[in-house]
Amino acid sequence: MKIGLFIPCYIDAFYPDAGIATLELLEKLGQDVEYPLDQTCCGQPMGNSGCNSDAAAAEALFVRNFARYDKIVMPSGSCTHHVRDNFDAIPQTDEVRHVRENTYELVEFLHDILKVDAFPWAEFNHTVGLHNSCGTLRALRTASMSELGEKPFSKPMDLLSKVKGIRFATPKRPDECCGFGGTFSVTEEAVSAKMGVDKVRDHHQAGAEYIVSADSSCIMHQQGCAERAGVPIRFIHIAQILNGASQ
Amino acid sequence: MSDKPVNHARAAEHFIEDTPHLQFHDERLWDMRQKRDAQMHILPEWQELREEASRIKEHTLSRLPEYLEQFETNARKNGIHVHWARDGAEHNRIVGEILKAHNARNLIKSKSMVTEECDMRPYLAKQGVTVTETDLGERIQQLDDQLPSHIVVPAVHKLTADVAKIFAKDYHTDPEIRDPHLLAEAQRQAARPVILHADAGMTGGNFVVAETGTFVVCTNEGNADLSATVPNLHIATIGIERLVPRMADMGVFIRLLSRSALGSPITQYTTHFRGPQKGGEMHVVLVDNGRSARLGMEDFWTSLKCIRCGACMNTCPVYRRSGGLSYGAVYSGPIGAIIDPTFNERKYSTLPYASTLNGSCTNVCPVKINIHEQLYKWRRVLVQHHEMPFVKREIMHMAGKLMGQPRMYRAAIKATEVSLSTMPRFVLYNWLNPWGKHRENPHPVKQTFNDWYRKNRETAAKPAAAPETKK
Ligand code: SF4
Repeated sequence: MKIGLFIPCYIDAFYPDAGIATLELLEKLGQDVEYPLDQTCCGQPMGNSGCNSDAAAAEALFVRNFARYDKIVMPSGSCTHHVRDNFDAIPQTDEVRHVRENTYELVEFLHDILKVDAFPWAEFNHTVGLHNSCGTLRALRTASMSELGEKPFSKPMDLLSKVKGIRFATPKRPDECCGFGGTFSVTEEAVSAKMGVDKVRDHHQAGAEYIVSADSSCIMHQQGCAERAGVPIRFIHIAQILNGASQ
Repeated sequence: MSDKPVNHARAAEHFIEDTPHLQFHDERLWDMRQKRDAQMHILPEWQELREEASRIKEHTLSRLPEYLEQFETNARKNGIHVHWARDGAEHNRIVGEILKAHNARNLIKSKSMVTEECDMRPYLAKQGVTVTETDLGERIQQLDDQLPSHIVVPAVHKLTADVAKIFAKDYHTDPEIRDPHLLAEAQRQAARPVILHADAGMTGGNFVVAETGTFVVCTNEGNADLSATVPNLHIATIGIERLVPRMADMGVFIRLLSRSALGSPITQYTTHFRGPQKGGEMHVVLVDNGRSARLGMEDFWTSLKCIRCGACMNTCPVYRRSGGLSYGAVYSGPIGAIIDPTFNERKYSTLPYASTLNGSCTNVCPVKINIHEQLYKWRRVLVQHHEMPFVKREIMHMAGKLMGQPRMYRAAIKATEVSLSTMPRFVLYNWLNPWGKHRENPHPVKQTFNDWYRKNRETAAKPAAAPETKK
């Protein structure tokens, strides 16, 4: 199985450590991973804002970069959601369909495809609050959602609980959106920031030292809100903990 | 009516600055959402009920003309006068004429969003008819000259102190009252004589049953029953989408409605109206006002399944933090954001953007309307119809071009060591200004992932998959 690694623009520019951790983790798990150098973006910001036709160039490039891989893996739920569910600015050829059907968010890839049952190298002696981005929670269904009253399940939690020393804190509103929402974070800046502050306070009051998430975009937003509001909490991508980061 | 786009973002910012109101609003609605969850957990068949409700509504909507005619025939047999209104103006004219024929000057009215849609009160005022809202929240909004901010709890954005102030002005009560029960009593005392001497009563209708020619009104205050039964003349204004085929369908909807709305098992009063009382008259005005046009919209017709429970508003993190009035429309929250643009695309063009697309609304909706997917689709439609602010459109256009050209994209990022200033200027200026208003910017890094990879895995790195120029 040949894996193509996609590193979304946020991670490339602001959270390279999350990208490195993703690559190293997949390698530790014995995977054959390649990162096509000429990648840019999955097209989500354009699609999300309604300017779908403007996403065409990014989507076409994405397909050129990744059509030759068996699986495409990325450490981002919202980008995976875009590719899987909304990637339609370009004609739906066999190649495009192949890419859409074989794109995975990191957690679901580890959990559903590789079925990883141990991270012997990982130890994290901290209390963490898990932030499920809405993209992973409600679109990719990597965890149960409170709206449906279904039996609780959580793929990221399954993975994290295999890490030595880790403890969990549960916020009062565990699956409320943090307010990032792509372009929403700037077009509705006030509501977005308020949602972000509420979110980090909720985690902090529950006793979390870290907020861990599979989405760097949510982290970027929440971190910005926490720092401005003076909420003492730290942020980390799930790939970093699973790859053995200790802090 | 002005076409100027509603500035939801600015109104929301305003609402957020008022901490006491914001906090109360958010917590009160979240509490309703939690009560709804508790009710859902009690019923193991919850998802089946939703499925069934959705199925019944979709079936009805797909054969709406037939069922409407069936209702009309049966309602007439029951002695109900049935009227058809194409739009708000026609609705108001019909109501005005009925009132005139009875020489009715005092109309008492229980909550009905459709009459708000038709802007009926000012019309009737001009005809010399006094309209008094009998629902507590709706009355508060009427006295304050505001639209309802929530479809179930119209004055949910007001604190007790706000209500005390409004009542003091109109009912001459003590503006310092902080006991909601005292305020409710003040309303009761003020409303009772009006109700007793009213010439006509008006209600909405939650459900209309085709098979029996009857309709159902659900309230918690009993005010609809008074409005409908104290005067001899009862007019019910109902949107044409409120139909269900059979009486047997009602069980599904009655079980879902109040549980989804307030988290109570059932409304205090669930009244079936089967015909006029002795010596009285009953009129039903069936209002289209854009609904049949919406029925023809491939991506948006299922919004007509809505039973107006408000659950999508209660769960919506944006609605809870921006308040219903910020939507500048009769319908607010997620459901408003998908139906308001069908009334006026330009004016409500910002509303589909007042969402993070988190999808919570879709998953609480008792009739399974794919609300967040419709919000996403609306954005596409609005861009196609040029109802998007120019600057934003331009940014996306340029960003879209850049994202298609890896070399240019990399060059833009490489321009300097500090990644924050690496974003092309147009993105930087338009993006990070609002970003930094209430948030710190992301931290600069020494090297991008791409740089790191070239340095550390260069040998493994394969050349680009294909040339970026067109074949
Ligand atoms: S859209 Fe659904 S959740 Fe929202 S008010 Fe209508 S029925 Fe209720």
